[in-house]
Amino acid sequence: MSVRQLPIIPISTPRIGAVGKTGKWRIFKPIIKQDKCVKCLQCWLYCPDAAIIRDENDNVTVNYDYCKGCGICAHECPVKAIEMVKEE
Amino acid sequence: MPLSIKNLPKEEILLQPGHAACPGCPIGIGLRIVGKVLGKRTVIVVPACCTSIIQGPYPYSAIKVPLVNVIFAASAAVASGIASAFEAMGVRDVNVVVWAGDGGTADIGLQALSGAAERNDNIIYICYDNEAYMNTGIQRSSSTPYKAWTTTTVTGKQEFKKNVPAIVAQHRIPYVATASIGYPLDFAEKLQKASKIKGFKYIHLLAPCPVGWRFDPSLTIEVGKLAVLTGLWPLYEVENGVFRLTSISLGLLDKSRRVPVEKYLRLQGRFKHITDEDIKVYEEYVDQLWEVLRKLHGKKIV
Repeated sequence: MSVRQLPIIPISTPRIGAVGKTGKWRIFKPIIKQDKCVKCLQCWLYCPDAAIIRDENDNVTVNYDYCKGCGICAHECPVKAIEMVKEE
Repeated sequence: MPLSIKNLPKEEILLQPGHAACPGCPIGIGLRIVGKVLGKRTVIVVPACCTSIIQGPYPYSAIKVPLVNVIFAASAAVASGIASAFEAMGVRDVNVVVWAGDGGTADIGLQALSGAAERNDNIIYICYDNEAYMNTGIQRSSSTPYKAWTTTTVTGKQEFKKNVPAIVAQHRIPYVATASIGYPLDFAEKLQKASKIKGFKYIHLLAPCPVGWRFDPSLTIEVGKLAVLTGLWPLYEVENGVFRLTSISLGLLDKSRRVPVEKYLRLQGRFKHITDEDIKVYEEYVDQLWEVLRKLHGKKIV
């Protein structure tokens, strides 16, 4: 590519995983105990990585491809339905 | 319809997973709320700050709405231009939002911010305040609180935090508010209110940074809540010049309901070195602050 073909203003395009699979950064992994969950959605609201998936019935699951394992969900869960387990 | 967790949109409108923020970063939470409240018709202006890293390296971006990266000092001026252009084109339904850090607001961007506020340009300016230049390695900003450790104030900062929302409120703009990442729904309500007002809107969002404040990433929300509950960070709004405490802060006018400041300070490694005298200084500061807030509550201040 010649210099003339380069864009005048560099424009990024949106995509999921702009810096790759950030789940690799994780040291502790959140495990949701579905039988304890009361669907309050606190974990979904507080997740900085948008890695908690909320379905039509407000069930929550973790997107382990992008969860960085910060542990906010486990700390904020009012019924302690999320456990942090060390990655192997 | 009042805002609640249940009726926030399920899909991610602004921030997608796989961005470059540190684990436990409050900016991720803040940007998600901004997207969910303001919707797709939003343009974001981001100066040099943590968010310009979080959005991801070229040629990919984690942000789904149009975003303009600008130099540190120009964010409010660029947003003014975008808002004026939309107005000239007859586009009325787009929110122009500045998303800037405390360095880009209280220090370097203050001049452009003041200019845009004085012209009452139709933008929403959100300052997410992590109380230092976190992106470049935790250097002190004028928003860093008293006695906080940073890499440029190794024995603790000697000065108090600059009160930017009060400075902005003096520009006679229609809406100024403070918010904390510990109370996302309060922040969402203020954003929703701001999006319906024409003119310059300013929201100052306290964003506890696990890396720079030296606490465990899982405590981001707890620290954000404690900042409010101790009375150090009052949640209020100034609408058309009328000052009003909001949500949880409304109950804190009674001193006995405030959590001791020590609990908030001791949770953070950046205050590890502080002495009992420093904590006394903080307690006096909070008491004086709330005496002022008691007088301001419900009054027209500008």
